[in-house]
Amino acid sequence: MRVSWKWLNELVDINLKPEELAEVMTMSGVAVEGIEYLNKGVRGVIVGLIQEIYPHPQADKLSVCKVSVGDAVLTIVTGASNVKAGQKVPVAVPGAVLPEKKIERAVFRGLESEGMLCSADELGMDADKLPPEQRDGILILAEECPVGADIVPLLGLDDIVLELELTPNRADCLSMINVAREVAALTGGRLKLPEIEKSGASQACEALIKINIQDQDLCKRYVGRVIEHVQIKESPLWLKQRLLAAGVRPINNIVDITNYVMMEMGQPLHAFDYDCLADKTIIVRRAADGEEITTLDGKKRELTPEMLVIADAHKPVGIAGVMGGLESEVTAQTKTILLESAYFHGPSIRRTSNALALRSEASLRFEKGVDLEQVSLAADRACQLMAQLGAGVPVEGQVDCYPHPEERYPIRLRLERVNSILGTDLGETEVEKILKALNITILERDLEDWHVFTPSYRRDLELEIDLIEEIARLNGYDKIPTTLPYGATTQGAKNAEQRLHDRISEIMVGQGLFEVITYSFINPRHLDWLYLPPGHELRQTVVVSNPLSEEQGIMRTTILPGLLETVKRNINKRNKNLKLFELGKVYLSSGFPGERKLPQEKWVLGAISTGKKEKTWAYGEENYDFFFLKGVAENIFSSLGLGDVSFVKSENNPSLHPGRCARIIVGGKKVGFIGEVHPLVLEKYGIEQRAAVFSLYLDELIGLVSEAVRYQPVPRFPAVTRDLAIVVPEAVEAGQVLGVIKDTGKTLLKNISLFDVYRGQQIREGYKSLAFSLTWQAEDRTLTDEEVNKLHREIEAALARELGADLRR
Amino acid sequence: MQEQLQLIKKQAEEDLQKCLTMDQLNEVRIKYLGKKGELTQVLRGMAQLPAEERPLIGQLANEIRDSLENSLSLYSEKIKVKELEKKLRAESIDVTLPGIAPDLGRRHPLHLVLQEIKNIFIGMGFTIEEGPEIELDYYNFEALNIPKDHPARDMQDSFYITPEVLLRTHTSPVQARTMEKTKPHVPVKIIVPGKVYRRDDDATHSPMFHQVEGLVIDKNIRFSDLKGTLLNFARQMFGPEQQIRLRPSFFPFTEPSAEVDISCVMCKGAGCRVCKQTGWLEILGSGMVHPRVLEMGGYDPEEVTGFAFGMGVERITMLKYGIDDMRHLFENDVRFLHQF
Ligand SMILES: [Zn+2]
Repeated sequence: MRVSWKWLNELVDINLKPEELAEVMTMSGVAVEGIEYLNKGVRGVIVGLIQEIYPHPQADKLSVCKVSVGDAVLTIVTGASNVKAGQKVPVAVPGAVLPEKKIERAVFRGLESEGMLCSADELGMDADKLPPEQRDGILILAEECPVGADIVPLLGLDDIVLELELTPNRADCLSMINVAREVAALTGGRLKLPEIEKSGASQACEALIKINIQDQDLCKRYVGRVIEHVQIKESPLWLKQRLLAAGVRPINNIVDITNYVMMEMGQPLHAFDYDCLADKTIIVRRAADGEEITTLDGKKRELTPEMLVIADAHKPVGIAGVMGGLESEVTAQTKTILLESAYFHGPSIRRTSNALALRSEASLRFEKGVDLEQVSLAADRACQLMAQLGAGVPVEGQVDCYPHPEERYPIRLRLERVNSILGTDLGETEVEKILKALNITILERDLEDWHVFTPSYRRDLELEIDLIEEIARLNGYDKIPTTLPYGATTQGAKNAEQRLHDRISEIMVGQGLFEVITYSFINPRHLDWLYLPPGHELRQTVVVSNPLSEEQGIMRTTILPGLLETVKRNINKRNKNLKLFELGKVYLSSGFPGERKLPQEKWVLGAISTGKKEKTWAYGEENYDFFFLKGVAENIFSSLGLGDVSFVKSENNPSLHPGRCARIIVGGKKVGFIGEVHPLVLEKYGIEQRAAVFSLYLDELIGLVSEAVRYQPVPRFPAVTRDLAIVVPEAVEAGQVLGVIKDTGKTLLKNISLFDVYRGQQIREGYKSLAFSLTWQAEDRTLTDEEVNKLHREIEAALARELGADLRR
Repeated sequence: MQEQLQLIKKQAEEDLQKCLTMDQLNEVRIKYLGKKGELTQVLRGMAQLPAEERPLIGQLANEIRDSLENSLSLYSEKIKVKELEKKLRAESIDVTLPGIAPDLGRRHPLHLVLQEIKNIFIGMGFTIEEGPEIELDYYNFEALNIPKDHPARDMQDSFYITPEVLLRTHTSPVQARTMEKTKPHVPVKIIVPGKVYRRDDDATHSPMFHQVEGLVIDKNIRFSDLKGTLLNFARQMFGPEQQIRLRPSFFPFTEPSAEVDISCVMCKGAGCRVCKQTGWLEILGSGMVHPRVLEMGGYDPEEVTGFAFGMGVERITMLKYGIDDMRHLFENDVRFLHQF
C-alpha cells in the first residue's frame, strides 16, 4: 500500500516527520518498507505557455518555441515533436535544477536557448504510471495550471509516499482512512475524516435497477446506485495526483473516482454502462458451465461454475470482484452508469483470480475481506464525488441488497488473561486507554471480565487473543519484560538416530572427507544418466507437480546425482582431488500415492572420491580409489562396533563398473553398495577421471549399532605374529581366503592383515600370491611355537582343500 | 721403578689427551691397563722388587692405576657427549619442510551452525524432533490455522506433489505432529531442524533451505518467556552483548506474533550496509501459539499456553561467517568448504 503523506495529513493530524512516523508504525506492526520522496531533485521548473513554435533555421530536428512564463517570454530550442502552440509545458529556466542536471543558457546551432522544456522522465517521474500519451516527449500540462507557477506542487512532486508492507491480517490498512485511524491510535493525532452524505433506499433508484443475489454464500451484500447525465472527461489535477502517488494510473473521471474511493475507503467499486444492461437487472450468480465473457482487457475468458459473475438478464457482464466485462465498459459515449459496491466471498475471489491469473487492487481487497458495514457508504461517497466534480447526476437513493445482515458479537476480554499471556502487569486504565484508541468499546464490565465491541473495519479482531495482541502492540513490545519459563526442569537431548548421524559425520570428517549439501530435488534426466533401466526401483519417483524448472522435477531416489554434479563442478574449477560425503534423505514413492499417505523418506550416507592425494616431498601419491573409499566405509563400521560386515561382489548395479562393485552386507542385511562409477555414467556427467562411490541406508544400520561399549581386558600374554603366503587361482577372492583363515584360526586368531598381493614372475599364469600377517594370542597362556606351527599347518591344509591354494615356499 | 711408573703415568695422560673416539679410548685402556698393558706389566714385576720397596712402589702403582681409571672414565664421558653431539648434528633436519598431515575433512558450514543452535537449545532443556519433508497439506497449513484459500498461503509459495501433499514450506508442521503425539502432556519443549522448500530461486532465496523451529507448551508460558528464551539464544549464538528487538508481525499460527531482530553483528548496532543502516538484523519469526492451533493439537488453551519460533539457518550462517551470497552454500566448492 502506497500512502501519500499529503493525503494522510488531510485525514489525521501528524506531528512527526515521515521517518519518525515510519518508525512508530513499523514498531507497532504496520511495517513501512520504504519512504519515497516524489521530488527527485527538481527546483526552479515553472509552467510555461507555448505562444509560438517554428522550425530551427539550421537544424531539421529542432524547433524553436516562444514560451511565456508570466513575466517574460523565453526563446527555447527543443528536440521534441509533441509540442504545439497553446499548450502548457514544464520549463526549466536557466538556474533550474533537474534530477540529472543543472540548466544553463545554451546555444544550439547558432540559436541561444533560454532553458529547456521537460519530459516526465527528466522531472524524475515514474513514466510507467502516467497515461500512455504523457510518457514520451515533453510532458503536456493540464489547462488549469497557472503560467509561471512552480511545477513541483502542481505535479504532486512535493508529496512523499510511505510504502506499507501489510501482513495478511491488516487488510484494513488497504484504505487511507483506516491508515489514518491506525496513525491516530498510535500517535493520538486528531482524525479529520471526510463527511459523506448518506443515502437510503429510494423508489427512484429501485425503479431503475433490480438486484438479485442468487448465490448468497458468495455475495453477502450488493449495493447499486445510478448516475445519470454522465460526462466523461479528465479528472482534476488533485485527484490524478492522489492516484499517481498511490500507484494507480488515472483514466477518466468516473474510473478515477471509483479508484479514489477504493484507495480512500478500501472498498472496490465498479461502474457499468447502464444502457448495456439487459432488462436493467443485476443477477449475482455462479457462472454456468461453458459460459464466456470478454473482459476489459479484451481477452475472452472461459468461466466455470466455481466463479461468481455479475450478470444482467441474459449474460455475464463482469467477473465478480476480479474484472468487468468489455461490453458494459464505461466509454466516452456512456450516458448513465450503474455503480456497484459489494461484498464478495474472499476465498472464492482468490480462487477465481488465481485461476484466471488476474490480480488487481480490487481482487486483492475482496480476497482479504472488505468492511461489510460500509459497502453502502462507499457507493454514496463515490456519488458525492461525482456530483462535486460534475461527472454526473446521481439518482436519489440506492438499492441495497443485503439479505442477511451480519450479526456481530462482543468479545470477552479478561484483564487477568491479558497479563498472564503477555507476562505484563497492565492495569485497567492502561488497557482501557488502548481499547479506546482503537475504537473498541467496552459493553459490559464485571470487575476485570469485560465484553467489548470492535469496529467493523477491523475484521481481523475476532477472539480474545486478537485483542491481547492489539494491547501488546499498542503498549509496545519493548515494554514486555524478559523472563524465562519457570516450569519443571526438562532434559535436553538428541535421540539415538540423531546421535548416530552426528557420529557418522564426525567419522567421515576425521577421515578427510568434506561434507556437502545438495538439493533434494533433481532433474529427471539424472535417472537416464545413471543408466537406470525402465522399471528400476529408483525410477519410482515422487514427482513435483509445479516445479520452477525441470531442475526441481523429481525428488531424488539416490544420493549419487548431487555428489556427481558436485564433483563435476569442482573439477571445472580445477579442484580435481576430491573426497566428499553427504548425509541426507532420499525419497521413495513405494506405494504413494495410494496405500501410503506419504512417500518414504530414508536417511542415506553417500560418499564419493576421485583423484589422489598428491605426492609430497616425503611420501608418494595415494589414490582416492575404490579401496580408499572401502577403507572409509570399513572405518565407519568398525567405529560403530559393527563386526559382521561383508562386501559381496555385484555386477548388476547399472550405474557402477560391473567389475568393481560390491553390495555391503551388515548383520545379514543389505545396507548399501560401493563401487567405481561406470565410465558411461562419468561420461554423462562430463567427468574425465575415475570416481568411487558408496551409499549406505542409515535406517538399516541404526538397529544394528549399539552405543553401549563393554570393556575387554587387555591381553596379559604376549602375541605371536607370523606371516603366511599362499598362491591361489585368480578367481579366488581375498574375502574367501580371509573367511577360511578366520574359520580355521577361531578364537586364538586376533588379527589378519593382507600385506601383499602379487602376480608375475615366479607365479604361474592365472594365479596370484597373497601374503598375510597373522597375529595369535591366547588369554590364559603364552602360545608356544609348536602350537602356532600346528595352527598354520591346519590353515594351509584348509586353504589347499577348499580353495586349491598352494604354499609358496 | 718409580721413575718408570711416573713415565707410564705421563705417557698415559698424553695418550688420553689425544683420544677422540671411544675406540681410541679403549686402545689406551688396553695399552696400559689390559692384561698385557704397561702398568699391568709393572705390577707383575713387583715380585722381583726388594721387599722393603714393595709397599712404596705398590702404593704408587695403585695410585697411578686409580688415577688412570679415573681419567679414563672422565674422558669416556667427554667423548660420549662429543660423539652424541656429532650424531645429533648429523641428524639435523630442515624444520621448515612442510609437515605430513593426515587429511582432515570439514563439516558443511550450515551443519556447523545447526549443531551450534541445537547445542544451545539442548542446554536450555529442549529435545530435538524431526518430521517428514514431504508433508500433508493438513499439517503444513490447516493444523496451523491456515485454511485452504486463506490469503496467508500467499506468504509461502509451495511445491506440490498432489493436491493434498507438498514439500513442507516450513518446519512448523512438526509442531502439529508433536502436539498430536504428546497431548495432553506438558511440558513440550522441542526444536525442529530440517530442510524446507519454497518456490523461490534468486540471490537471496534458494528453493531448498533449512529452518529450526522451536515450540514450548506448558502451564503459564508467557510472551515474556519467549523474549527471554530468544535473548538467551541470541547471546549464546552471537555474543553476550547482544540485544534483541521484537516487532509486531503476523503468522497465522501464533498470536501475538513478532519478528525478532538482533543488533547487527557487523556494526554492533551503529548502522552499516548489511543492516541497511538500521543497526538491526531480522533473524526469526515467533509468537505465542495461537489458541486454535493448541485446540487442533489436542490441548486446552485455557489450561496451557505456549510459544513458537522459527529461524532460517542459511541467514544465521551467512551472518555468522559473513557470507554474501546464499548460492555458495549449495555449490559445495571445496575451496569454500575448506574455510570452516
Ligand atoms: Zn550493521
